Amino acid sequence: MILAVVLVLLVAGLVAWAAERFIGENAPRLVSLLAFAAGLVWAISEWLGGPDGNGLYAAQHFGWIARFGIAVILSLDGLSLLMVTLTMFLGLVAVVSSWDEIDSGQGFFQFNILWVMAGVVGVFTALDLFLFFFFWEVMLIPMYFLIAIWGHENKGYASMKFFLFTQISGLLMLLAILALVFLHYRASGEITFSYHKLLDANIDPAIGVWLMLGFFAAFATKLPSVPVHTWLPDAHTQAPTAGSVILAGILLKTGAYGLIRFAVPLFPEASADLAFWGMLLGAVSILYGGFMAFSQSDFKRLVAYSSIAHMGFILVGIYAFNEVGMQGAIVTMVAHGFSTAALFMMAGAIQQRLHTREMSRMGGLWVHAPRMGAMTLFFVVASVGMPGLGNFVGEFLALLGAFEKSVPLAVAATIGIVVAAVYGLYLMQGSFQGTPNPDVVEMRDFGAREMSVMILMAVALVWLGVYPQPVLDAAGATISSLGVLP
Amino acid sequence: MTAATVSALLPYLVLAGGTVLLLLAVAWLRSHVVAFAGALLILVMALAVTPLALSAAPQNVDGLLAIDGYALFFQALFAVTAIATAVLSYRYLRPRASHRQEFYILLVIATLGAAVTASAEHFAGFLLGLEVLSISLYAMIAYPQEGRQPLEAAAKYLVLSGAATSTMLFGMALIYLVTGTLQFAPAAEVARTDELILAVGQAMLLIGVFFKLSLVPFHMWTPDVYQGAPAPVTGFVATASKAAVFAALLRYALDAGILDGGADPIRTVIVVVAVLSMVGGNLLALLQTNIKRLLAYSSIAHMGYLLIAVVVSSTPAVRALGVETALIYLAGYIVMTLAAFGVVTVLSGEIEDAEDLSAYEGLFWQHPLLAAVLAVAALSLAGIPLTVGFIAKFYLVAAGVDGAAWTLVWALIVGSAIGVYYYLRIVFAMTKRSDTGSDTGSDTGRAGASIPWEGVVTVLVLGVSIVVLGVFPGPAIDFVGALTGP
Repeated sequence: MILAVVLVLLVAGLVAWAAERFIGENAPRLVSLLAFAAGLVWAISEWLGGPDGNGLYAAQHFGWIARFGIAVILSLDGLSLLMVTLTMFLGLVAVVSSWDEIDSGQGFFQFNILWVMAGVVGVFTALDLFLFFFFWEVMLIPMYFLIAIWGHENKGYASMKFFLFTQISGLLMLLAILALVFLHYRASGEITFSYHKLLDANIDPAIGVWLMLGFFAAFATKLPSVPVHTWLPDAHTQAPTAGSVILAGILLKTGAYGLIRFAVPLFPEASADLAFWGMLLGAVSILYGGFMAFSQSDFKRLVAYSSIAHMGFILVGIYAFNEVGMQGAIVTMVAHGFSTAALFMMAGAIQQRLHTREMSRMGGLWVHAPRMGAMTLFFVVASVGMPGLGNFVGEFLALLGAFEKSVPLAVAATIGIVVAAVYGLYLMQGSFQGTPNPDVVEMRDFGAREMSVMILMAVALVWLGVYPQPVLDAAGATISSLGVLP
Repeated sequence: MTAATVSALLPYLVLAGGTVLLLLAVAWLRSHVVAFAGALLILVMALAVTPLALSAAPQNVDGLLAIDGYALFFQALFAVTAIATAVLSYRYLRPRASHRQEFYILLVIATLGAAVTASAEHFAGFLLGLEVLSISLYAMIAYPQEGRQPLEAAAKYLVLSGAATSTMLFGMALIYLVTGTLQFAPAAEVARTDELILAVGQAMLLIGVFFKLSLVPFHMWTPDVYQGAPAPVTGFVATASKAAVFAALLRYALDAGILDGGADPIRTVIVVVAVLSMVGGNLLALLQTNIKRLLAYSSIAHMGYLLIAVVVSSTPAVRALGVETALIYLAGYIVMTLAAFGVVTVLSGEIEDAEDLSAYEGLFWQHPLLAAVLAVAALSLAGIPLTVGFIAKFYLVAAGVDGAAWTLVWALIVGSAIGVYYYLRIVFAMTKRSDTGSDTGSDTGRAGASIPWEGVVTVLVLGVSIVVLGVFPGPAIDFVGALTGP
């Protein structure tokens, strides 16, 4: 079933591309919408169906490249299903948010959105390292096209930078994967890329550290963490709205997911040894991202830097190496997906209406567009971590986990929340509050289409903030099945 | 010579006999169509009898040629390459030469030469094949009547290639002096006192081979010849002639055991040349704005990557994987390079080749199919998943890791990281929209020229093969794994 879902997205991409030529301009986005809606329905039905005895909602296994023991192994446990559901939902958001933004090449645009998401679903479900890497790279090209073709003024530079960072770090991961496979082959005589079999490979910790770093390089770049974050502000700022929504909402999470699923369980000793450095990078990312966000005058760039800060919490949570921290990281992944996707959608809507992202050319927009203002306020507040909303739960748990391990780092990370409040309010003040900008005569407010998506995301955040237990349960089941935490 | 030997030789006999018949036919009836159809028929027949030959292989032909699975694999690849080249040349040659019949004869002879080179296990066979190949290529490069460039390219290739061949001959003489045999595999141990002469001989032989493979620092001729040669011929030079020489190099390296000594000077030379080619080729490609020159430098880098296969196959445990890697990589490389040059050919106008990168701007919106093929070819050359280039690169990294050739693997990573940049430049150029809004925009060679349908079909087949081999490599891998080889 999982492979079928991936294939549906891939085929829908081709259909959308062809539909533009043979049916009309509107057909591609309808195809896309339909595909993501179907995917969402499937994900929800898997939730309702409940897990089997092994905690899996679905699983598939069949051979692919026998020569290297490569198989198509797809499985859907709590964490995977959580992320796949988010993927499908954000796919819908991305299509809706770019409904009338794209003026040419609709078909190819939707093709790219669908193919990115197909790759993402693959990444979240693949349990064969070759297949995982395959999907990891499949996400890359369509995203490159989204930025390079439909991006803003500096798209060439931004898309190239995005691609180079991800590709180079990906090559390091490929090297680590192959080294791991061949070490396992020498020891056991069986050549395999199966995740579960490689979990049992007894790697010499001295080599394990290097292999772990290969994985870490790829995941930290995708996340991103300081110091390999520099692609993110450019890529997010230059990408079209749908691209930013996908990038921030879901693509960054594949990095976090990779750390939780692969980097830590495959190399538990090496990860434990380097946990302090992981947390340190997280704390630095939080503070650095926060301060940089505050110094931006570009609405979108500010949100982009705030993403770096939020991803820092995930890093801190994961490398706290306890269940609370890991839970916090996973909740943050989901909550950040909603809040940042909404803010990027807002940035795109403003740019489409005012043709600028500069906050100096905004101000007092609430007068013209009260609905947009209210939604921005809600998501800004969510993003800075107001209790009662999803982000708070995630960050609180991550900090709680970190506090157990290192008080100074936890304190440093907590300061990041204060910084977040500062840049969050600065963003609100600069755009919707403050003196109305005399240059802005009028601005179209959100219509029913945009509002319905916004409200759905707001509801999800409230739910996550008030009753996060289902997410915690799903994540907890995965965390305990990884079996690496003390 | 037994019946089995004859049936193993069938493809060669078809090519040789066909050439004679074609010569007679052309002398009797000067018709472009007849020469073209005749050449196609010969090549297809050579392909058709290959399974028959394969069932009789391995056969040794008087110590000159080894007709094994390895040789026949290359023979079939060359036949396919020649078929694609012939089809692409058909419409391309029409405005460029008044007598076009001999071109196809030369093409068949070149194919025969390449096939003989790949099956040689004796210096005489090697030299015979190589010269038959090279001499046909000189004429093919200089074939267009108009313009100075083809003639200049042919003269350069002739002079430099001649110098390389004589170096090689001198090397062979020195090796013969010591070993007393012209067979690749030396009959007896070489006395210690003669080792220096042997090493010098092997070094001179290798220099000639490196020159033919255009490896740094023997690569100077490559960009000029690639640029000056007619686009379809460039495709043939870049694929068949390179692969033939590489096949001979690998067979010689394994038969003569030139790398068996461990840390001997020959190994160092090969490693240094490989690293220089991978890094240098990719770095130089960065600066190119001419797509033929860009692909020339990229082919330098690819030949550098391939040397990994030569180095690791000297370790007995990795030998099988190394040979398999070389076969898979070359097959993939041939398909993707042909696709790239195919698109260049198809887009070329009546006078000039579409070689400037600016000629490709906006191609995605004018000829989506051609643009898609070129994009797939470029991404495949860059080694991105879903393409055969990824499988090929995966093989190389796997072989390198298994053979513990870490220097080479790191150079490969660095090289492909640089490579991504310029391959993406091609893709990015194609996605550009002309700012003027007119579709004729910036094209130089394309204006007014119609796109030949048979060329489009050819590149489409190549493009689809890239993707199919990239997603379902299993059958191809099994086939290559079962071949008998050196």
